[in-house]
Amino acid sequence: MESNHKFHQEKGFPWKHVVGLFLSLVLTAIAFWLALATNQPPAVIITIIVVLGVGQLLVQLYMFMHFTESDEKAWQVPTIYFALFIALTIVGGSIWIMTFKSLVA
Amino acid sequence: MSGIVNWAVHFFMLDEGPLIWLSDFLIGIASVGIVVALTYFKLWKWLWDNWLTTVDHKKIGIMYLIAAVLMLFRGGTDGLLMRTQLSWPNLHFLNADHYDQIFTTHGTIMILFMAMPALIGFFNIAVPLQIGCRDVAFPYLNAISFWLFFVAAMLFNLSFVVGGSPDGGWTSYPPYVENAFDPGPGENYFLVSLQITGIGTIATGVNFLLTILRMRAPGMTLMRLPMFTWSVLITSIIIVFAFPVLAVCLALLLIDRDFGSHFFTISAGGMPMQYVNLFWIWGHPEVYIVILPAFGIFSEVVSTFSSKKLFGYSAMVVSMIAIAILSFIVWVHHFFTMGAGPGVNSFFGVSTMAIAIPTGVKIFNWLFTMHKGRIEYKSAMLWAVGFIPNFLIGGLTGVMLAVPPADYQYHNSYFLIAHFHYVLIGGTVFGVFAGLYYWWPKMFGVLLNERLGRWHFWLFMIGFNICFFPMYFLGFMGMQRRVYTYPAGYGWGVINLIETFGAVLMGIGFLVFVLNILWSARYGERDVTGDPWNGRTLEWATTSPAPHYNFAIIPQVKGRDAWWLMKQAGESINGPKGIPFKPIHMPNNSGRPIIMCAFFFIAGAGFVFQWWIPAIIGLIGVVVTMALRSFEYNDHHYIPVDEIEETEAAAGRL
Ligand code: HEM
Ligand SMILES: [Cu+2]
Repeated sequence: MESNHKFHQEKGFPWKHVVGLFLSLVLTAIAFWLALATNQPPAVIITIIVVLGVGQLLVQLYMFMHFTESDEKAWQVPTIYFALFIALTIVGGSIWIMTFKSLVA
Repeated sequence: MSGIVNWAVHFFMLDEGPLIWLSDFLIGIASVGIVVALTYFKLWKWLWDNWLTTVDHKKIGIMYLIAAVLMLFRGGTDGLLMRTQLSWPNLHFLNADHYDQIFTTHGTIMILFMAMPALIGFFNIAVPLQIGCRDVAFPYLNAISFWLFFVAAMLFNLSFVVGGSPDGGWTSYPPYVENAFDPGPGENYFLVSLQITGIGTIATGVNFLLTILRMRAPGMTLMRLPMFTWSVLITSIIIVFAFPVLAVCLALLLIDRDFGSHFFTISAGGMPMQYVNLFWIWGHPEVYIVILPAFGIFSEVVSTFSSKKLFGYSAMVVSMIAIAILSFIVWVHHFFTMGAGPGVNSFFGVSTMAIAIPTGVKIFNWLFTMHKGRIEYKSAMLWAVGFIPNFLIGGLTGVMLAVPPADYQYHNSYFLIAHFHYVLIGGTVFGVFAGLYYWWPKMFGVLLNERLGRWHFWLFMIGFNICFFPMYFLGFMGMQRRVYTYPAGYGWGVINLIETFGAVLMGIGFLVFVLNILWSARYGERDVTGDPWNGRTLEWATTSPAPHYNFAIIPQVKGRDAWWLMKQAGESINGPKGIPFKPIHMPNNSGRPIIMCAFFFIAGAGFVFQWWIPAIIGLIGVVVTMALRSFEYNDHHYIPVDEIEETEAAAGRL
């Protein structure tokens, strides 16, 4: 319980959060608009959405998760590596596994 | 008028025959009875103040476990219904539709609404006490997690009597579960309630990860953590990475069903197998989420009842970390038969077999812990010792399934059913029972009866083997899973009959357990010392049940098995005499979590029946209750020193 107080409290208007919320909404809206209202080839749309997704990730890390403010590098570095490992496994693995579709189609 | 009547008859499934009428009747009677009893004994206020609004991890843990035992009863009843239907060829006790619904709700309830809450209940009961702190990192969020699970479980169970249950299996594979083949609310119940409980589980993962990393007592380094807490740490990490995948996967399927998109349909470029892929990216880590905490429980139990410290502590930790990493790179073994090709299948076959190595290391560690120990066969220990051979059978047949060409034979046969019940029952359920017998005194201040405990163990364990061992052979003989009946003449009849007999024995074992709870509540031996097993870890250092604030003074930890060391050195948990108490800072109770989750329920029902107005009202309610929390400044109180002194004096610790 006590340790909760040690967490640093922000003073004043939470600009960071408001900007973060706005950015994440805009990024999401662009993705929807691309998929629903444009006629680009799928490869183009997917590429742009992936880029938007990475942007979304950075917004979350910097605006909401106080990624840069913590003094606990010792925890963060391995965690980020593990997260990258999982992300690569899931995305890369899925692509590898699902290529069977082009083989049998 | 008759239109409305017809709709209502269908909606409440009154056209489904006497089984549903009976359930309607029983549920109605039970609900009315509970309301009447609470009102008559004037218990509403007590219930609200002490339980519904609590943020105390010990009470939340108890509520999780009560819910889990009730769900074990519901899921077990499903199991018995299925076993009755299968006990002889060509029976018509259940029809095909009902059988499909029952295996679906059985599997879903057992995994998501029985195993998960039971284990998370133990996280709550034991972890803060084991690491010597006063609550979890986010007590308010912890209450939200519980109520999310609870409303999700209620929503899912409602499907039985309102609108119809899901029938696509606990895996809910498209294209069958798409609207074209499976219209109606059934599958939506599955998708929405798993989504809701999944949010709660992710929050639990974050909560316990932080609790263990940030709230340990001074001196409690990571390599001094009790093994159960280690298992919770690793499990929390797996939860945080795996459950979001499930959330995405379910959301996409729900969007398909509610809004007509084509992520997983056969037509319009959908990829049904992508669902299967995503489902198991979560699904395999999920099986480790439900087994690692059970491993943790066995580690505590084995070392306590062998009066020895755990053999190979670091090897245990390293194997759990290895299991956590490997659990994310094996998921294809659930769908080798999709035919992704030899490269994919060999890779995932080999990675699966690799998991047997760290698991084997753990088995040997438990055996060596017992070796030359002074073993006391208390009930908790019986479950732990029974677990080893049973889990081994499950694990070894798992390695057989990991060989892709062989899996083409075993896939979706009763061989598979036998395998996963051996790991889920022999591992998780045995672990839950071990944990219940072990921590029961800590939770309620009374011991469960040992004699009834032995009956419970032997009936359940023998019944389990009679029920599930023959299934391996039924699988070889060609019997498939998820079939509601089978013709005579294959020689399957007698084997199935024997299995059903075993299932009944398990049911009786469970009833003995219920009897034990009732008996002990009235006549059970009180736990006056707080340390009935001569325990080794800090939860045994305080009173049973622990005082609201857990520890009057945060203990100083000097090594592994902290409480054991203190007892050896003759030290008190409150440190040297004369350290003055200070007022203790505790979070306030709050009614908001349960109200917020009630809105989740309304929104969920909206998405199930595609009633958009309740869905929107529910979602707005969720956002508003969440926002209100931000304006709550008075969210804690202090326990005054004289109250602490009083409690500590009563516990004889002054
Ligand atoms: C009380 C003892 C139990 C009995 C008698 C029992 C019996 C059964 C039966 C007969 C089936 C269906 C076979 C089929 O037609 O495909 C089944 C499926 C299943 N069981 Fe159990 N079971 C029991 C306990 C458990 C437990 C404790 C768990 C998990 C923790 C569990 C998890 C499952 C799952 C995931 C399925 C697959 C459902 C599906 O096909 O979608 N069972 N069980
Ligand atoms: Cu698996």
